[in-house]
Amino acid sequence: MGEVVPIPVREPGSCTATTRRGARCRNRAVDVSGFCRVHGGGAVEAPTVAPSTEEIDELLAFLRRRVTGEYEVDEFGFDPELTETILAPLARLFHRRYFRVEWRGLEHIPRDGAALLVSNHAGTIPMDAVIMKFGLLDQIERHVRLLAADLVFRLPFVGELARKSGNTLACDEDALRLLERGELLGVFPEGYKGVGKLYKDRYKLQRFGRGGFIELGLRAGAPIVPVAIVGSEEIYPLISHARPLARMLKLPYVPVTPFFPWLGPLGMLPLPTKWTIEFRPPIATDGHGEEAWQDSLLVFELTDRVRDEIQGTLTRSLASRRSLFL
Amino acid sequence: MGWRVLITGIAGHLAGELARRLEADPEVEYLVGVDLDEPRADLTRLEFVRTDIRNPLIVKVIQTTEVDTVVHLSLLATPQGVGGRSNMKEINVIGAMQLFAACQRADALRRIVMKSTTAVYGSGPKDPAVFTENMTARSEAPHGYAKDAIEVEAYARSFARRREDVDLTILRFANLIGPGVASTLTRYFSLPVIPTALGYDPRLQMIHEEDAVEALYRTVRGSHPGTFNVAADGVVLLSQALRLLGRPSLPLALPIAAPVATLLRRLGLVDFSTEQLRLLIYGRVADNSRIASEMDFRPARTTREALLDFAEGEHLGRLYSAEQIEEWEREARAFLRRKAQERFERTRA
Repeated sequence: MGEVVPIPVREPGSCTATTRRGARCRNRAVDVSGFCRVHGGGAVEAPTVAPSTEEIDELLAFLRRRVTGEYEVDEFGFDPELTETILAPLARLFHRRYFRVEWRGLEHIPRDGAALLVSNHAGTIPMDAVIMKFGLLDQIERHVRLLAADLVFRLPFVGELARKSGNTLACDEDALRLLERGELLGVFPEGYKGVGKLYKDRYKLQRFGRGGFIELGLRAGAPIVPVAIVGSEEIYPLISHARPLARMLKLPYVPVTPFFPWLGPLGMLPLPTKWTIEFRPPIATDGHGEEAWQDSLLVFELTDRVRDEIQGTLTRSLASRRSLFL
Repeated sequence: MGWRVLITGIAGHLAGELARRLEADPEVEYLVGVDLDEPRADLTRLEFVRTDIRNPLIVKVIQTTEVDTVVHLSLLATPQGVGGRSNMKEINVIGAMQLFAACQRADALRRIVMKSTTAVYGSGPKDPAVFTENMTARSEAPHGYAKDAIEVEAYARSFARRREDVDLTILRFANLIGPGVASTLTRYFSLPVIPTALGYDPRLQMIHEEDAVEALYRTVRGSHPGTFNVAADGVVLLSQALRLLGRPSLPLALPIAAPVATLLRRLGLVDFSTEQLRLLIYGRVADNSRIASEMDFRPARTTREALLDFAEGEHLGRLYSAEQIEEWEREARAFLRRKAQERFERTRA
C-alpha cells in the first residue's frame, strides 16, 4: 500500500493569508506555500522603489504642448504627436482586438526610403486603408501616408483627421512630393469602384484606374509593394446602392447592407471578420530610364503585373482561410 | 548710374517699408512714389506724386522721371474703405491696365516688379497640399481679390510679351503678418472670440512683413524675371495658431458660419470675402523653393515665428499666460505625484 496523500483543506489556487483588515485574501496563490504575490514568504518583495515621476512628467509635457500649440505639423498638415499618442491607441483596438489582423510578408516593405503600397480596396468605408496604416505603424514603425479622394477632405472632422494623421489628396503633385521626401505611400487604385463594391463582387479587383500609381513609381523610382487584404471586403456586406439618395446627397454611393440603414447606428458596426494582410515582394521601377513613365505600354504592363499579383494573393489567401470570423 | 525706381501704392505699409530700404541704398539714384494718400512711412528722398494710376498723369510721371524700375504694389485685398467691390475691381484691374499701358511707351523701363498673392491658387478640398508657381486654382472659379490678382497678372504677362526688353517679376505673397500689418487675417485674430469652422482645421501659411520687404528689395535690386511664391517655411493649423496666440475660439457648424461672417462684416469688424472664408475652412500652402534657389532668398522667420511676432506687437489678450500654464503644470504635477506616492505606500503596507 502506498502512502495516503492528505486532501488539502482549502481550495488550491487562492492565497491562504489573512489581510491587514482581517479579511481572507482573495488573490491567486503563486507559490507552493499557498500564498499570493503580496503575502508570499519573501518570494516576491513588496515594491520598495518610489513610483516613477517620469510618466507623470511626460504626460504633463504632452498636455502642455497641446495647450500652447508647441508642436510641429508638416506642409500636409501631418501631426505625428497626435497620431501616435491619441489616434494610434484607438486604432489599435480595431486592428488588434476587433479584426485580429494577421500580418504576412512584412519583410517586403522597405524600412526606409520611398515606396508604394498598392492594395485592394473595399468595405463601404475605407476601413482597410486605416487599418493598414495604423497596423504598420505598430508593426514596422513607419507612417503610411494614404492618398484619399477629395470627398474625404470635403467632409468635416473626417478631412481634418485625415490630414492630421498624415494623409493627402490623391493627386500626382502630392504623391510625388511625398515620394521625394522618402515617405511610404498607401494607394488604392480601385478607388470608389473598390470601396463601393457589392458583396457579390468581393475580392474581385475592379479596374485599376489609369495606372497613375505606376507612373508615380516610375517617376520617383520607388518600388511597388502589392498588398492583399482579406477580411476587409466583408465588414459591410453591400447589397445595393441607394442611387437616388446618393445623387441627392452628392455622394458617390449610399450603402444598403442587411443591417444598414435598417438598424440605424447599430447597423454601422462592422462585422468582426478575421483579417489577413499580406505583402508581396516589391516590384522595382528603376532601371527603365528617365522617360519611362510616359511609355504607356510599360505602364499597362506593370499595372497588370501588380493587379495579377494582388488578385492571385487574394485567391490563395481566401482558399486557405479557416472561417470568416476565426 | 544708379537705379531709378517708381513705386505705386506708396501709402501702403509694405510700399513704405520698401521705400525706406531703397532710400538707404546708395545705388538707388531716384525714388518716386505714387498714390492718392500720402505715405505713412517717414521718407526723405522719395518724391511723392499724388495721383491715381488710373489717371493719364501716370504716363507723364513714368516718362519724365525716366524710371527703369516700376514696383506695382497697389493691389487692394478688401473693398473696405474704397466703397464696394466694383470700385475695388476698378482700382485693381483697370488701374493695372492703365499702368501697363503707360509703361508700354517708357523707353527707359527695364523691370517691373508686381505684388500678387497666393490667393490666386484658391483653396478647397480638391487642392494639392502644396502649390507650386505653375499650378492654377482647382477647387472653384476664383472671385474677388484672387480674381483681380489673376487678371492683373495676365495683363502684366501680356505686357512682358510685348516688351521683351523688360523683365517682369511677379511675387505671390502668402498672408502678410507682423506688428505693422492690418489685414483681414490680423483683424480676425484680434476678435474677442474667434469663430472657426467646426470639423475643419485649415493649414495656414504666412509671411512676415520684414521678409516680404526683403523679398521685394531683392527683386528690385537684382534681375529675376519670373513668378515666385513668397511664403514662410512651415505651416500652422488654425487651431494651433489660436493656441499659440492663446486666443479663445468658437467652432461653428458650417451652415451657421456664413451668417456669422456676414454679421461680422455688417458690424464692420472683419470684412471676410468668400475666398478668405474658404481659406479659413480649407487652408492653403505654397511651395517657396523656387525663390530660394533662384534668388537665394529664405524668409528669416517661419510661419510660427511670424505669428508670434505679430502677437507680441499687438498685445493681444491671452486666455492664459505662460506663467499661468507653468503654475497649472506645477499644481498638476504635485497632485499626480502625491497620488502616485499614496498608492505606492498603500501597496507596500
